[in-house]
Amino acid sequence: MTPTAPTATRTASAAPSRTAAAVRRRRYGAPAVLLAPFFVLFTGATLVPVGYAVYLSLYAEHRSGLGFGGSETVFTGLGNYTRALGDAAFRGGFLNLAQYCLLYIPLMMILALVLALLLDSALVKARRFFQLALFLPHAVPGTIATLVWIYLYTPGISPVIGALDSLGTHADLLGHPLPAVVNMAVWEWTGYNMVIFFAALQAIPREVLEAAVVDGAGPLRTALSVKIPLIRSSLAVVGLFTVIGSLQLFTEPMILHGTTPSVVSTWSPNMYAYTAAFERHDYGLAAASSVLLALAAAALSFVVTRATRARGEDRPQPATEAAA
Amino acid sequence: MTTATAQRGAARVKGRPWSLSRSAVNGALVLATAYTLLPLAWLLTAAAKNTGDLLGGRTLTPSTWHLGANLHALATAGDGIYFRWYVNSLLYAGIGALLCALVCVCAGYAFHVYSFPGKEKLFGLVLLGVLVPTTALALPMYLLASKLGVVNTFWAVFVPSLVNPFGVYLARVFCAGYVPGEVLEAARMDGAGELRTFWSVGLRMVMPGLVTVFLFQFTAIWNNFFLPLVMLSDNRLFPLSLGLYSWNTQTHAFPEYYPLVVTGSLLGIVPLVIAFVALQRHWKAGLTAGSVK
Repeated sequence: MTPTAPTATRTASAAPSRTAAAVRRRRYGAPAVLLAPFFVLFTGATLVPVGYAVYLSLYAEHRSGLGFGGSETVFTGLGNYTRALGDAAFRGGFLNLAQYCLLYIPLMMILALVLALLLDSALVKARRFFQLALFLPHAVPGTIATLVWIYLYTPGISPVIGALDSLGTHADLLGHPLPAVVNMAVWEWTGYNMVIFFAALQAIPREVLEAAVVDGAGPLRTALSVKIPLIRSSLAVVGLFTVIGSLQLFTEPMILHGTTPSVVSTWSPNMYAYTAAFERHDYGLAAASSVLLALAAAALSFVVTRATRARGEDRPQPATEAAA
Repeated sequence: MTTATAQRGAARVKGRPWSLSRSAVNGALVLATAYTLLPLAWLLTAAAKNTGDLLGGRTLTPSTWHLGANLHALATAGDGIYFRWYVNSLLYAGIGALLCALVCVCAGYAFHVYSFPGKEKLFGLVLLGVLVPTTALALPMYLLASKLGVVNTFWAVFVPSLVNPFGVYLARVFCAGYVPGEVLEAARMDGAGELRTFWSVGLRMVMPGLVTVFLFQFTAIWNNFFLPLVMLSDNRLFPLSLGLYSWNTQTHAFPEYYPLVVTGSLLGIVPLVIAFVALQRHWKAGLTAGSVK
């Protein structure tokens, strides 16, 4: 895809040589028509809800009297934000989320990278089979994956727990939500990201790898000092999307919540927002916690992009440019 | 590890692989594959057990084969509500993903082919949209929908699923790869209007990109749980994910729901597994286009 990218600018710069209003109409009319459907939907389903969430987060419902006189909406400024941040349950949710991210993201990334490097090595038989088999969990809807794993955690139903019990070790994953949820996420996402890393590894020009071999680098050395630095941009993109996805953690703990009392209804920040809205009918608080979560996502994405871009600028870019 | 590497470094020149590391590499991959496949294998056997065998953790023998009975129970439970959920999911995901892919390709094509003032700023807005956590949108969307009076309707789940900023990004990358400017110029020379050129030339060329965006969106909608959970209360409108969830919440009181959830889960995976195996080339291309560059 990279080598053909310049056509974009070529088409654009060829057009101005034509004359008159027809060209103008072509250049503004057609793109407007083509862009309109997306931007109408984007405005309705993304921009307006974002704006509305911010608006809601600044107001609170106050019930007058004994609750007979209905309720009135009062501007509270940052009141909902201080309420959310002051709530131990909300902070607890963020703490759970932080622990989840610290455990899940490095574990999944390293596993996916190692598997991709193994697949990329010349030693593998049945490469296509492995690739598909490792990717397969991603084809399982998140809800169903969660249900299957919950059953595999449940004593009595699960053959795994049964086997461990007969060995004398008792595993109680339903009582420990953090490893339970991390395992589900690793199972669902490792293969998906492995495919991305593998594709990036396959795109490394063979000459670069041959040069490393001629220089006397073994497979491990080649992987660490040649292959991994060359797919850094893939690592960055996967890292970015993993961070954004992780912060939205909802489905797995929500379904676990219905199964085991060890997962409380405010276990993750998203669950906190859901509970605030649908159990306490406190939309201002729910909106404020959603906005705080979105801000955390934005801040983390900014950090991830910044960190990887800064490193990306230092690095020499011989691979694709030189080969092309 | 390090001594092995040193030996490799010394003996490498011939480039002969070592039987030891070959089995180590393949062994590690077999182990990882077992981890990914065993839960699915369990689901396969569990779907053939009745409530007692499932909860008793008994292994499957031909005499305890209840797959047929489970499928029958699935088809008749709640007046066949399960297959209604199945059709709902197919509608939400099938039509939704098709329209979404078309909308994304239109936008991606426009971003690739034309230049207009503020183009890159507008594209930046799209990229910013990729970063907005979709679950943070579900709640304000619900409140907006309740103002518009469309909560608990097909449209409340369907319309938001037509939007995918990442699809626009993907479509632009694909257009850059598949739609050469020369061909468009030729079409213009022949007197085709811009939209005509898009419809009969550009869209044809970028078809693999459209299939890829479709596949990604199909999966995303099929997997979506938060939005339907928030929007829908009428269980006849539920997609599969929400339906199975609602059954699972009843298993404590009614253990006979266990086989229904398990068998229903197995059937719920089938369309996606078929789609992914059949369209391998496309999702691999999509993953690559989205992330390697």
